[in-house]
This record gives sequence, structure tokens and C-alpha cells, in this order.
Amino acid sequence: MVWRVEIREKEGAHDCLGQSIVQEIVDLGLTSVKRVRTTAVYLLHGPLNGADVDRICRELLCDPVVQEYRYAAKPMGVWGKGGKPNHTVPSYRGLPKVVEIAYNPGVMDPVEASTVKAIRDLGVTGIRAVRTARQYFFWGKPSKAQAASITSRVLMNKLIQHAVVKPADPFKDISSFASKAFDIVTVDLLGASDKGLLDLSRQGQLYLNLDEMKAIRDYFRKEKRNPTDVELETVAQTWSEHCCHKTFRGHIRYTAYDGKRSKTTVIRGLFKSFIAKATHELHKPWCVSVFHDNAGVIAFDDDYHVCFKVETHNHPSALEPFGGANTGVGGVIRDTLGTGLAAKPLCSTDIFCFAPPDTPARRLPAGTLHPRRVMKGVVSGVRDYGNKMGIPTVNGAIVFDRGFVGNPLVFCGNVGLIPKGKENKKVSARDLIVTMGARTGRDGIHGATFSSGELTNESEMISSGAVQIGNPIEEKKVLDALLKARGKGLYSAITDCGAGGFSSAVGEMGQKTGARVDLDKAPLKYEGLRYDEIWISESQERMVLAVPPAKINEFLKLCADENVEAAVIGEFGGGRLQLFYCGRQVADLGLDFVHNGLPQITKEAVYRVPAVKKEKLPALKKDLTADLCAALGHNNVASKESVIRVYDHEVQGTSVIKPLVGVFSDGPSDAAVLRPRLDSHKGIAVSNGINIRYGMIDPFWMAASCIDEAIRQIVAVGGNVQRVALLDNFCWGNPDKSDRLGTLVRCVQGCYEFAAAFGTPFISGKDSLYNEYTRRGRSLAIPGTVLISALGIIDDVRRCVTMDFKRSGNAIYLVGTTHHEMGGSVYLDDHGQLGYSVPKVDARRAMQTYRALYTACRRGLARSMHDCSDGGLAVALAEMAFAGGLGVTVLLKNVPYQGAPRREDIILFSESCSRMLIEVAPAHEAQFVRLLKDTAHAKIGIVERSPEFLVYGLEDVPIIHAPIHDLKNVWQSSLK
Amino acid sequence: MANKNVKIIVLRTAGTNCNEETAFAFARCGADVEQVHVNALVSRTKKLSDYHILALPGGFSYGDDIASGRILANELRLKLGDDLQGFIADGKLVIGICNGFQVLVKAGVLPGLNTTSGQEATLFNNDSAKFEARWTHLTVGGKSVWTKGMPGRIDLPVAHGEGKFIPANDNVLQLLKQNSQIVFCYCTADGGKPVYPGNPNGSVENIAGICDTTGRVLGLMPHPERHFFAIQHPSWTRRPHTSEFGDGAKIFENGVNYVRSRLL
Repeated sequence: MVWRVEIREKEGAHDCLGQSIVQEIVDLGLTSVKRVRTTAVYLLHGPLNGADVDRICRELLCDPVVQEYRYAAKPMGVWGKGGKPNHTVPSYRGLPKVVEIAYNPGVMDPVEASTVKAIRDLGVTGIRAVRTARQYFFWGKPSKAQAASITSRVLMNKLIQHAVVKPADPFKDISSFASKAFDIVTVDLLGASDKGLLDLSRQGQLYLNLDEMKAIRDYFRKEKRNPTDVELETVAQTWSEHCCHKTFRGHIRYTAYDGKRSKTTVIRGLFKSFIAKATHELHKPWCVSVFHDNAGVIAFDDDYHVCFKVETHNHPSALEPFGGANTGVGGVIRDTLGTGLAAKPLCSTDIFCFAPPDTPARRLPAGTLHPRRVMKGVVSGVRDYGNKMGIPTVNGAIVFDRGFVGNPLVFCGNVGLIPKGKENKKVSARDLIVTMGARTGRDGIHGATFSSGELTNESEMISSGAVQIGNPIEEKKVLDALLKARGKGLYSAITDCGAGGFSSAVGEMGQKTGARVDLDKAPLKYEGLRYDEIWISESQERMVLAVPPAKINEFLKLCADENVEAAVIGEFGGGRLQLFYCGRQVADLGLDFVHNGLPQITKEAVYRVPAVKKEKLPALKKDLTADLCAALGHNNVASKESVIRVYDHEVQGTSVIKPLVGVFSDGPSDAAVLRPRLDSHKGIAVSNGINIRYGMIDPFWMAASCIDEAIRQIVAVGGNVQRVALLDNFCWGNPDKSDRLGTLVRCVQGCYEFAAAFGTPFISGKDSLYNEYTRRGRSLAIPGTVLISALGIIDDVRRCVTMDFKRSGNAIYLVGTTHHEMGGSVYLDDHGQLGYSVPKVDARRAMQTYRALYTACRRGLARSMHDCSDGGLAVALAEMAFAGGLGVTVLLKNVPYQGAPRREDIILFSESCSRMLIEVAPAHEAQFVRLLKDTAHAKIGIVERSPEFLVYGLEDVPIIHAPIHDLKNVWQSSLK
Repeated sequence: MANKNVKIIVLRTAGTNCNEETAFAFARCGADVEQVHVNALVSRTKKLSDYHILALPGGFSYGDDIASGRILANELRLKLGDDLQGFIADGKLVIGICNGFQVLVKAGVLPGLNTTSGQEATLFNNDSAKFEARWTHLTVGGKSVWTKGMPGRIDLPVAHGEGKFIPANDNVLQLLKQNSQIVFCYCTADGGKPVYPGNPNGSVENIAGICDTTGRVLGLMPHPERHFFAIQHPSWTRRPHTSEFGDGAKIFENGVNYVRSRLL
């Protein structure tokens, strides 16, 4: 029996969901909808009577102070006609269009599990399942087409939801997948021609090339049999770009053109030759575990290490922004949980690249969501997962560029704390294979069709394959249980179930020992999954552990006490990968073949200096105030407060330097600083460097500037450049195209050079390739993007510095030289140009600066400090002024500048690297200047009580003059 | 445990996430703190009566599914109702912070006026329709053992999506005022009447925290455990370093001291 319950806000109570939907409809450009009200719908499945349902409404589903309810055992008419209300409910008059949105079958309903639990808590044990939906009532007169547009663009995403046209059985999936008799499917590889092999690869969505398919065929020829479907899937999974990073580990023939001359070299592994090389050469004793685990680990204090990982979740976020970002955060947190013997997540950092929010709809490639919608969904997805898990999101960046119109980028990073001695794991033969957390469903199985009458074939195919919604509370339970089990030493190894599901997790853990898995032992969300689906499902919130047999009972008991499901699904050992289903063997693979059988490939890469036009600076002007305002209002500079405030950045109580600082807590902080242990003053600093437009000019210098920027931000809060570790994240186009791979190689070369020069080792990284979309038949790649994330150790957080001016009368120093480096700058973008003279980095000089500034902070000489980045000197000064609520007077002629011509706009807006602004009290100036004797520096101005921003140009006449409040308003209004 | 120690239970369940820092705050004030899963109380593995203070920390118990705090509130009411009533009747202390406050209100424990058998108030969606994390200025008033000796004006951060305090009716609001049960109110930097975002959620009469008629049960949306140390304040780099502790520390100290002087 299915009961339908409807809950809505009483007339007069504030329906804030309805209100925000009206706003979104206005954002679509439609003014025909005056008001929206919403109703929450619960469908309760089970042998319940009316009294049960009334009690469920009264005591659970409805808030008696502000809401009202009604229910019926059959579909109800418009509210007020039918159903059993708790009191007389007026119907909506003159009534409106109604749209009801429900989840597609097979998509996890985020509130189902807890609602079922809560109904059982009431003593109503008959409840079998719950589904939710939401009704929207529209006042006004939207046309049919407008209503359809609102439905598809505001109310739902067809990949996970649908508009209920005629009520169907919402519980169909519970009953319709009754267990089917199963057959073991084998694939005829032995008899297949080359073309046949490629067809098999394509049809099975294996993404393997001919050489790889041949290698698999050869293996099975030796085995004298055809593979089963699940064997083929396992190999494809293990050999996928995602799991084994073929592009970064394979060979590359790289040809670089310089004018007409070219030089060709063979690179034996980008990763080994550049990324890992820097780390190995630097050989820092504080690098505890690099590259091989789920996150890189560095030493923190006498008792703990910290680990750091940044992942991408681009493709899922493009399709379903909320779910994509949501599961992206969930995934990287599981990386932390799966590092060593589990680390405790400390904080998150999230970086996004979107097309500009004002992109006209007609400029969007077919099938893509509008960037404003993508951004809203991504931010909500990050908020939902991070806040609910109680992990502060402390730092991030949002970059806008037209190049991301088809492929937004979503980087999710997480830092963890792990006790010393827990950083290594070791699987032993006879350890039990245990799955813990969520159950396994059809989520994330490519190509799986999930039958339902209401959906088109297309959406079925995609929805069950690519799109998932996370359940942060499930993962929080896993975290709580895991840290307890870790403390008791109940397991010997752990990893997360991410891409590739059990296949990837068990395969990786059993790489040395082998493994035997009984797939039918895995707890399932519903009956009817095939053995291969269980093996490769990418259901979220699952971890795989190796538990010694002697500890298993205690482990399972501990999980049960925390309401976490755990199950033994097999045993490590045996020297092969063997899978069984209901007692029948479905896979038997040699480990050496699976892990080392991938044929060596050589890819072609060609780099040509991009044909970018030399910049043409605008005519000289007597007043650059408007140019400063344009830079402050530029989307890449403007305040991100509207995003930052929806993240809980203070949970855990560890926050020391917050993302927004200053007298009104609204100035843009540099690195975030936290105190992982509440009883200690030792801290960590987290920052990111990303400069997409520089990469369009030269990817090598993009890498250099990103490394400099990430380090610089840590220095800006008082960090020590000698205790900084880096992560790389490359998001690129199709590496099988030689031009795309050429720019990637050039970027990776820059990463090596500057990580080595700064003495900052890479400890982990990630790549996401194939970010391309098709427009008018042409495949376009995203701008090749490297994100450099940095993690610094802070000896004493009480010595940290924020960026807001503190006191009038203090001197302002600029350290570092300004060059004519306008290429890729915000200033040129405001003038419609990319430019040519990309900022370069002199690591030796930069290191002198950074070391001196660290000493200055330790001695308490810096009252505030801020780095010059997007928008250059002018923007950095303005931000310091309005964050501190104080004015400033600056003399441009004092700025250390090298280059020609010597122009005011260059000095103000050039984005030369390695520059820092420091506020110093008069009493400390002499001491401060002594520290900088080897570095270019100058006193360029003074902090003023009067809230005026005043810059004197090279001729000593004012060239910028504005009240700081006006500047702040411009900066705050773009992305409000 | 020795008899002379102040014993505190920090209750947690699926989705609780401020338990560590809340436990730390009490421990730092010298108490013995245990973080206990609600299952352990329900199964009688642990007994509520063994403790002097019950703390319900912040977080998203059960994901805030259905409504914030609702599912844990029902669990307390239906499975631990007598224990909780007995605990309060014994003169012991309860504090609910953020999600914990939502739980106490939805379980009918706060404001505890007994005007009806059910809920006398609610904490509902913020007027801004979104979750927000920001620091707030607060006035301190009312009559609660938890706020003894506190200055009239303090700063604490909020981080919630459902913090709008709404009394069920005017009678409830009048009684809250009459009984001096309104403990914290949002205000401007100089103590005046705030508008958004000074009042971050649209709470009726800017109410941020209330106590029951005894003053021993306190609930508040802002997070005192996140301003336990001065260095947690967003403007600490602008201020002289006068004390190691922040505005929230006094609340935990008061709780522990009350137990020491009255209950041990």
C-alpha cells in the first residue's frame, strides 16, 4: 500500500524555497511568475493504517508551528479537495499551474534511509520504503513554453529527476528487479579479428586501443579460453587512463618547434621524468609518503603527520552540477580516509572554472547547462557534502573563462591528520576483504540500462551511468566508525571505493597477495544486480578494508554500534584474482598480467609557440580610477563572499586565518591557516595557484606562476617557504592529439623546474584529460589548466599575519620587482586582449624575498601582508585598504620597476610574480629594511586614517583617487 | 571515575559534527568528558544519570532530513524521554548548541513552558533561504546559570540554514520575556537592533538563544565552542592580545563550576 503525504508551510509562514525559485525564474529572464509555493511530498510504502500515517505526519514530517499536512491512500486533487488535513486548509485560489518533480528510479533519494529509520523510531514498523517528491505551484501566467522551460531549467535535471505526468508506481524498482537466474557471459576474443577487437572495445565501453585488446587476447590464448565479461571489465578498468594514468606513465616523443627549428626528445614517462624527479632530487626528510597512497603525507609535529589530495570531478559536474560536485567532495574525503590506515579530514579546498555567468544562452553548445546554473549547483553540492560531514571548506578559487563553456572544472581537495605510525598499510594473505559503508547499487555503471517506462532511452543510459548524488551522513558514519577502529588497530589496510568500485579497490589492495571475492556477499541496495555490476559499481560512500580474521568480530561489532553496515566479501591471498558468484567462478586472472600486462605505448607530442598577438596598450590616461574599478569588478577578482558564506569554514574550531578577514570580515585572505590540534599552536596553511590565461600564452610560465602564487600566499600569512609541499592537477584536452599533449609536456616541464628551484616537492597529484566538447562539428579542448595546491607547516600560528591594513601612519613596502608583464592580465582582459608578455618567475630572487619575509613575520615586523596577483599592485593595495577600513597614499615613482616603457598602467596592473605588499609600523621600519638588503624593495606609501585611496603617478600628480568604500562596492557587486 | 569529577556526556549520532570541539571546551575547563553515541544510551550500555551535564553539539543529525534536529528529537523524546526529564529534575545541566538547540526545541524540552504537550517554538529556514556561516554580535541577558558573569556584549559565529527562532504564539513569546528566558539576541556592533545579516536568519525579536524556566537548560544557535580561544575571532590580528580565551569559554566554565559548587 502507498500513502501520499503532503506538507506545506502555513499561509503566512515563509516559504523560502518558493521565494528563491521566483528569483531563479527572474534570472531566466521571465517575469510572468509572481509567486511560487512548494509542497513536500512523501510517499510511504508498507502496510500502514490511517492512524499510523496521521501520527507520522503529526510527530515527524510536519512542523506544527509553521507547517500543515494532509494525506490519503490514493492520489489527491488540488490541495483542499480530498485527503485528510490536520485542520481546515484553504485551497490555493485562482489556481495555479502545478508541477511535481520526483527522482528517477534508481537515483538515490537522499532522505529515504533516515525517514524510514525515524518512522520505525515511532514504533511504526510496517514501513517498507519512502520516496519523496516536491510540488511547485505557480502564480502568474507563464505560457506553456515558459512553464516547460522553468521545469527543465530551474526545477529539475532530467538526468536524475522527472516531472510526474501521471502518477506511476514510485516503488517499481523495489519489486521489478527480482532475482533473475544468471548465466556466466563469455566474450569471444580468441576468434576476433582486429576490427572485431575494436568493436568489442567500443561496444563494451572499454576504451581500450587495438594494442591493448591484442595483449588481452594473447593472454587468454595462453589460458586457452575466452574471458568472461567481468574479466574483460576488470582488465579494462585497471588499464584505464583514470586508474593507471597511461599518458603520464607512458612514453612520449616530444617535438618542440622554435621558429623553424625543431628538437625531438623521447620522454620515458612524464610523471617519472618531471613530477617525481623534483621530489626525489629534493629528498626532503619531512616527506613521509609521496605518490603511492591515496594522498601525499608530510610530517606535522611529534605525534602527527598531515596528508593532502586534490581530485577533479569535471565530467559529472557538467552533467549534474550538484551531484557531480557533491560526489567529488565525498570522493576526495574518502581519499583522506583511505590514506595510510585512515586520516581524519581537517579541511577542504575547492577550485572551480566556469564560463562567465553572463554568457548568452545562444552561445552555449547544445546539451550544456548554463554556467550560472552549473555554478549554483556545484557550490550547493560542495556546501552540502562539506558542511554535513563537518569538514570546514576554508579556501578556494573561482575562475571564469569562455573556454570552459562546455567543460567546467571542479577541483575538490582535502587535508587530513594522521597519527605517526599509521601512515603505512600492509595487506597480508588470509586478511579478510571487508566492505564498509553504503550498499552497492547500479550507480555509476557505464552503459547499464535501468528500466523504467517513463524515461527515454537516452536519459536512462546516462543517468544510471554518470550521475550520482552523495550521502554525506553515510560517509560521516563511516568516518566516525573508522577512526575508532583505527585506534583499536582492527584492520591492516584500507582504501576507498572510487572509480572502478570493488574492481579497482580490491585489485589494488590484492596486487601482491591476490584475492578471492564472493560477489554475492556484498550488501546490495536492491536485488537483481548481476555479478559484473556488483564488481564495477561505483556506488558512493564505500570503503574496502583488510581485516585480520582474529579482529573481524570486534570490527563488525564496532560498526554495528555506529549504525554502519560492514560485510566480509572475501579473503586476500591465493596469488590470483578470483571472483565467485553464488559458488560459481566468474573470473580467474593472473596478477602479473592485470598489473603489468599493459603494452608500452608511445604518444606523439608537438609544441609550437602559440600564435598570440603582441599586446597593444591603450592610450595613456591622466586618470586610472575607472581602470582600477574595472579590475576590481572583474569576475576573477571580485569578492566571492556569496559563495564563501554558504560553506561552514569554522567547524572543528580550528580556523585561525579565515577566508574573509579585516575589520568587517569581508577582505580576501591569502592562504587559510588552521590549527589541527586545539591544544597546540602549530598550524597548517593551505593555498592554490591557478592562472589559465598565462597558459594560453605559454604553459611553461603558467606552471611557474602557479607554483609561485601558491607559495607566495603561504608566505603572505607568515609561512615558511622551506616547509611547503605541492600538489599538481592537470586538466587538459585529448592527449592523443599531439598539439594538446605538446602543451601538457611544456607545462609539466615548468612544474619540474620550479618545484626544484623553490625546494617545494610534489607529494601527490592527479590528471583529468579528454576535456573536450564538440561545437559545429569541431572538437574544442578546454584551455590547458594546471592547478598547483600548496600545504605549508606553520610553527606558531600566533605569528600569522592577515592582509587588512591595521593602523594609519604605518608604512607600506613593496617587495619584488615589477616588470612589463601584462600578458594574460586582468587589465588586458578588460581591454579585450590576451597579450603576449606573460609573467615570468625568478625563483632565486623570489626565495630571497620569501625567506626574508618569513623572518620578518617571526619577529613581528609585518602588521599586514598581501600578495600582488590578479589585477596587480593596484588591486592588492585597494583590497588591503578596504579590508582594513583605512585609506592609503601611494607614490608610483617609488615602485621598483624594470622595463620599458615606464608607464603608470603597467606599474599598477602588471601581474609580475613574487611581489608582496607589507605594512610596517614606523618603529620597525629600520629593522625590516635591514632584512631586505638583498631584495628589491621600496617604501611606496603610507596608511591613512581618511578612507581615501590616493595614488600619485610618475609625475607626482594623482592618477587614482577614490573613496575606499566605492572601491569595495565595485569589488563586492559583480558576483553578489 | 572518581566521584569528585564533573562528568559530561557529549551526545553524538549520525551527522553530529561539533562533538570534538565541544568536548575539548569542557575538558579544557577541567571536566571528564565522554562522547557517547545515542545508541549506547538507548541500549542502556551507558546511563544518562551517571553524568552531570548533557551537551548536544552542533552538526546535521541524520542529515537534517525532514527538518533539522527532528529525527534525533524524536529519538530523545520517545526512547530517552523519562531519563531526560529525570536528569533535568535532578537539577543537572543541559546545553544544546546549533543542531543541539534545534533538537531541544523540537523535542519540546525548550522553552519548556508546558503550555502544550508538544512544540512551543521552532527553528525554521533562514529568511535568506540559505546556509550561512558568519560571525554575529550578541547581547547577553535572561537568567541562566550558563551565562553568569558574562559581559553584556559578545561575539560568536553562526553556521546554519535553519536558525530562525519562531515561538508558536504570542503567549509563548510573552512568557519567555516574563521568565527572563531569552538569553542571547543578535545585535549590531554597538549593541543596537540589527537587520540582516546582523540578524542572520530573521529570528523573531532577534532571539539567538533561550533557556528553560530553571535556567539550567540552555539552547543557542551560535557556537561558543568556536570562540573558546581569542585566536578564533576573525579580527584577532587587529586586537591586542589580552586573554588567551574568547567570549564562548565562559559558558563552558560556568557549566563546570556550577556542577562543582552545587552537585558534587
